Amino acid sequence: MSRISYREALREALQEAMQRDPRVFLMGEDVGRYGGTYAVSKGLLAEFGPERIRDTPLSELAFVGAGIGAALGGLRPIVEVMTVNFSLLALDQIVNTAATLRHMSGGQCSVPLVIRMTTGAGRQLAAQHSHSLEGWYAHIPGIRVLAPATLEDARGMLWPALEDPDPVILFEHGQLYNVEGELAEGVTVDIRSAKVRRAGRDLTLIAYGGLLGKALEAAEQLAREGIDVEVIDLRVLRPLDDATLLASLAKTHRLVVVDEGWKSGSLAAEVVARLTEQAFYELDAPPVRVCSAEVPIPYAKHLEEAALPQVAVIVAAAHGVCGT
Amino acid sequence: MSSQTQTSDTLMLPPGPVPTAPVPFAPELALGLLRDMLRIRRLEEKCAELYGAGQIRGFLHLYIGEEAVAAGAMRALSTDDTVVATYREHGQALLRGVSMRAIIAEMFGKQEGCSRGRGGSMHLFDAQSRFFGGNAIVGGGLPLSVGLALADRMQGIRRVTACFFGDGAVAEGAFHESMNLAALWQLPVLFCCENNLYAMGTALPRSESQTDLCLKAASYRIASRAVDGMDVVATHQAALEAVDAVRSTQQPFFLEFQTYRFRAHSMFDPDLYRDKAEIEHWKEHGPIHTYTARLKAQGLLAEEQFLALDVEVGREVDDAIAYAEAGHWEPVADLLRDVHTPAGGSSS
Repeated sequence: MSRISYREALREALQEAMQRDPRVFLMGEDVGRYGGTYAVSKGLLAEFGPERIRDTPLSELAFVGAGIGAALGGLRPIVEVMTVNFSLLALDQIVNTAATLRHMSGGQCSVPLVIRMTTGAGRQLAAQHSHSLEGWYAHIPGIRVLAPATLEDARGMLWPALEDPDPVILFEHGQLYNVEGELAEGVTVDIRSAKVRRAGRDLTLIAYGGLLGKALEAAEQLAREGIDVEVIDLRVLRPLDDATLLASLAKTHRLVVVDEGWKSGSLAAEVVARLTEQAFYELDAPPVRVCSAEVPIPYAKHLEEAALPQVAVIVAAAHGVCGT
Repeated sequence: MSSQTQTSDTLMLPPGPVPTAPVPFAPELALGLLRDMLRIRRLEEKCAELYGAGQIRGFLHLYIGEEAVAAGAMRALSTDDTVVATYREHGQALLRGVSMRAIIAEMFGKQEGCSRGRGGSMHLFDAQSRFFGGNAIVGGGLPLSVGLALADRMQGIRRVTACFFGDGAVAEGAFHESMNLAALWQLPVLFCCENNLYAMGTALPRSESQTDLCLKAASYRIASRAVDGMDVVATHQAALEAVDAVRSTQQPFFLEFQTYRFRAHSMFDPDLYRDKAEIEHWKEHGPIHTYTARLKAQGLLAEEQFLALDVEVGREVDDAIAYAEAGHWEPVADLLRDVHTPAGGSSS
């Protein structure tokens, strides 16, 4: 075990991947000389050189598209997009090309591309740097969408993502980079399943990414209040691991889903719909979603906090579902 | 200003006179280029008929009039080079070596098609011949070609990536971002701009403040050249030189083919935005009849030879249609196949 930050865990994963496979390279805005906008790739330029730690112009569309081309050409590119907000400039290449190519070509062209990007709010970055749009990507067939919420996943998800022959998008929540903790050596994780992060009997609380911590905090508070909450980390936003969620619901019969995206058309909506379709008669109470307020995320601290799902709101939602 | 004068006083005419100079190629190449163009022409004329008969559906964009571009360019590439094309790509796919059978079967939506019937006319793919589509987002292929060339460079493979796109793509950010990346990273991409003067129905001067497209390349410090896209001798010579430049310098090159489509943008297009007189002017420069006349004038081709070639190509088309008609619909049970690569499946 060693003490490590989420940022360092991501960096170690990059470093290991680059060492293991000469086809792997990283490209994106300021990944090299600057050291990465969030310092994830700091130091890697010195180790791997400018060909494999490749700074790009501010051309999201072209460098994501070039990542697709490089993947078709036999490499294993990791493309860093500074934030999910900026990824909209590359949406065409991700949705119309990366996600479609294999099916549209009748199975001839796989795209083994990994895209990493920051998501989420909480740092007073206002409405063009704070949104949680991963749910949009989770709508698209042909791509796998991951949200590492733990040190273990930050360290472990990249390699299986690179081994996946199809496009994978990794969403790193901006508030997690400085989170520190103990991490064992040589962790391996899968990129298929949701994980129970805290076992409980009374309520299934589903979260992912930056809100997993708040969900666990809410669960601790609820435990003190006599409600035994099972917290599930979705981890894989597409394809969703229904089985793990259903197994939990079969045990608890009550459901709260937490999502930093907006409620309308959200990933939380999809999760609730799926569980309701498949396990309606397991439910002892209507499911509840805790999502961000339907506003562009504001700058002022008190307003930003009010817009985002907070522990107190999750706790209140849990009480509502449990009738306590 | 009436709509009539609006079109008639803005006729955009071919860049030069109808070419009449002797064809400077050995007979095999000279006749090969004719055959290439004729194969595209006859295939597409039949496609238009089949569309009318309801056997081809979706969007169908014909290349008729532009054949000298694909013929001249594709013969300048080696079999190991890479091609990225647009939704008007039947000609490139055919000359790259995708069989007429697989192309028509694809347009019929049959699983014998080169993309198993998933793509149709706009999405012809053949990974084996390094033909990476068939991209129907205007400008969408440009970043892809940059990445393919980057992969070659990083793996020490000396290959040329030829990326075809139209004048419409020049207005897209993808064009500018890709030109910049290719120049900045010194990548061996041959940018083949098929300038047929219309982005669907929008004439080039109505969408570009600067209609000299080579200047755009120059602004990225990319070497460029404009060539008469109706003259297969010119397109082939220019493509040979451009491919050679890309291969030897490992730098990008921008080649503008000034061409024209004789048919409407797609089968849905009533073609109301251009003057018939303009189309007639360009038809005088038709790449097949002008070239045939030159070959005949210098004794490289006799009328009987031409007719025999035409019959042979017609047979190939008929055979391809029969093949496609006898083809199979992919079972609906396979609908989800290849959304993802199956476990243990191959990736490029």
